[in-house]
Amino acid sequence: MTTMTLAKALNAGLRKAMEDDDKVLVMGEDVGTLGGVFRITDGLQKDFGEDRVIDTPLAESGIVGTAVGLAMRGYRPVVEIQFDGFVYPAYDQIVCQVAKLHFRSQGRVHVPMVIRIPFGGGIGAVEHHSESPEAQFVHTPGLKVVACSNPADAYAMIQQAIHSDDPVVFLEPKRLYHSAKADVDESAPPAPLWQSRVVRPGSDVTLVGYGPTVSTCLDAATVAAEEGRSVEVIDLRTLSPLDLVPVQESVRRTGRLVVVHEAHVTLGVGAEVAARVTEECFHSLEAPVLRVGGYDTPYPPARIEDAFLPDLDRVLDAVDRTFAY
Amino acid sequence: MTDPVFGPAPEQAADPELVQLLTPEGERVHHPAFDLDFSADQLRGFYRDMVLVRRLDIEATALQRHGELGLWAQLLGQEAAQIGAGRALRPQDFVFPTYREHGVAWCRGVDPVQLLGLFRGVDQGSWDPNEHNFALYTIVIGAQTLHATGYAMGVQRDGAVGTGDPDRDTAVVAHFGDGASSQGDVNEAFVFAASYNAPVVFFCQNNQWAISEPFERQSRIPLYRRAHGFGFPGVRVDGNDVLATYAVMQAALQRAREGQGPTFVEAYTYRMGAHTTTDDPTRYRLSNDVERWKLKDPIARVEAYLRRNGLADDAFVAEVAQEADVLGERMRRECHALPDPAPRDIFSRVHVEQTPELAAQQAAYDAWVASFEEVG
Repeated sequence: MTTMTLAKALNAGLRKAMEDDDKVLVMGEDVGTLGGVFRITDGLQKDFGEDRVIDTPLAESGIVGTAVGLAMRGYRPVVEIQFDGFVYPAYDQIVCQVAKLHFRSQGRVHVPMVIRIPFGGGIGAVEHHSESPEAQFVHTPGLKVVACSNPADAYAMIQQAIHSDDPVVFLEPKRLYHSAKADVDESAPPAPLWQSRVVRPGSDVTLVGYGPTVSTCLDAATVAAEEGRSVEVIDLRTLSPLDLVPVQESVRRTGRLVVVHEAHVTLGVGAEVAARVTEECFHSLEAPVLRVGGYDTPYPPARIEDAFLPDLDRVLDAVDRTFAY
Repeated sequence: MTDPVFGPAPEQAADPELVQLLTPEGERVHHPAFDLDFSADQLRGFYRDMVLVRRLDIEATALQRHGELGLWAQLLGQEAAQIGAGRALRPQDFVFPTYREHGVAWCRGVDPVQLLGLFRGVDQGSWDPNEHNFALYTIVIGAQTLHATGYAMGVQRDGAVGTGDPDRDTAVVAHFGDGASSQGDVNEAFVFAASYNAPVVFFCQNNQWAISEPFERQSRIPLYRRAHGFGFPGVRVDGNDVLATYAVMQAALQRAREGQGPTFVEAYTYRMGAHTTTDDPTRYRLSNDVERWKLKDPIARVEAYLRRNGLADDAFVAEVAQEADVLGERMRRECHALPDPAPRDIFSRVHVEQTPELAAQQAAYDAWVASFEEVG
């Protein structure tokens, strides 16, 4: 058992994956000598060498495109995209190549690649550094997409993603990198990667989040409890595939569901959750499924990002609204 | 034109040096850097390859006209570039093609009928890339040059470069065209390859046309000179000269295998046909140009050389023609027989590990299909 920040847990998970399989490579901008701008790859190049921890030229399409070739040669590249808003130059390689090669080749070509993306806002950054592009990748057949929300998951999930023979977009809540600290039991058997999980049981209303909004949901549940409302919180963990079994089981008990993410609400993951829960739990629902998320604007200047991001009050307000039906 | 402050612009008018070993008239000429001795068997082999690949192309074009293929990307005119590049490979080398590399596919042992599947719409590439060391065709222009560079970085990490073992040292070829040279991915591939000194050869068939846009729209300087700016050598070879292309590619591949890094080879050629069967080049280019390039035909010059030197006679030429007829007939027959894929299989091929969602969609599709069978 070790107390770790989320950043340290990712670092430890990467290290473990590299120790376990010498085909695992880490590549990206500044991941070597510097250890990454968030220090997630700190010390890895020193211990595993420049051939396995590769400082790349500053070109995202080049990073992902060369990682495809490395994967075809039998390697398992773990690519770091420095910030969410910088993934778009690599979008074609991710969507047209990474996602489709297995399908096009009738299963002959595997692309066991992990694309790590620090995502989400709340760090007071300049533009393009606070975005939540997950829906773009969830909407792309051939990719799997997961988001960790705490150090223990981060440690296990990064290793599981690397172990996956399918390409995985791995979303890391950057504002929790150094603030979320928890005990991580490195020897504990990890939960299955492709499953969501109830992180706080409750009976009156279901709150669903992932990545950075899980802690927002947990805070909301604590406050709601003081007001006599029992809130069940579910961490989706995996966005593609989307595991809604625990959500549906929960909604059948609570009849009320609020989905919370930082991404823009329109056509976001919450829209998909709402549609599927409505299909499966129509007769259990006491209220429409509500979504709390970023507004349909570009990410705003940092001084007003708190007005954009779903916070405790907006989540609690949505909870209240589900009881108005 | 010389700017008073910045100095001269790169020379555009001068005719850049073109490596050539066989003139359009079929005369053997020599080059100080890239000369090779070719055996009679090798020369006859080049001729046979090019005739068969041209037939493959003509046959596929005809199949498209008959409605058997949805589309075909013709290689007519580029036979020498592709056979020269393809025959210079060693078995362990790995090739990343565009969608027009039928001649290279031929050299890698991919059956011509397998090339038809993508264009017939029954698959998206049916050969095993690892069996032939020949990746699937890539439609997005230039994307494969990065895959080639990454693959070459993997070759380096495997220690399969510069060992001196001719069966181990490996080169990678990235194929692309003049249009692709404008793509960001291609330029990023140059940067990565140069930065890591990757064992990759960038083989650009400059066929003068990116659909309707002439080469001049892509570049103000000869393409091979771009390599210098990225920090590795570039050379322009007569892409209609199979001997020169072979010789230059052999040298470039060997350079890569020895660990000396990337090379840019610009094979200067001409797209004699349309971009694809949907294209109409009469809308944008002059027939004069096409007629001029006909005089530089890659096959005619080899035949002229073979005949003049007593290395081939009527009987040999007839024998190859006969082989081409057999190939054409087989392509027609086997194309007609290519089965449609089973729709339910699309759900199984998305991932290595199928997701519950796709399993459910597959089951729903099966039930949907079965519901009609019950009615019937």
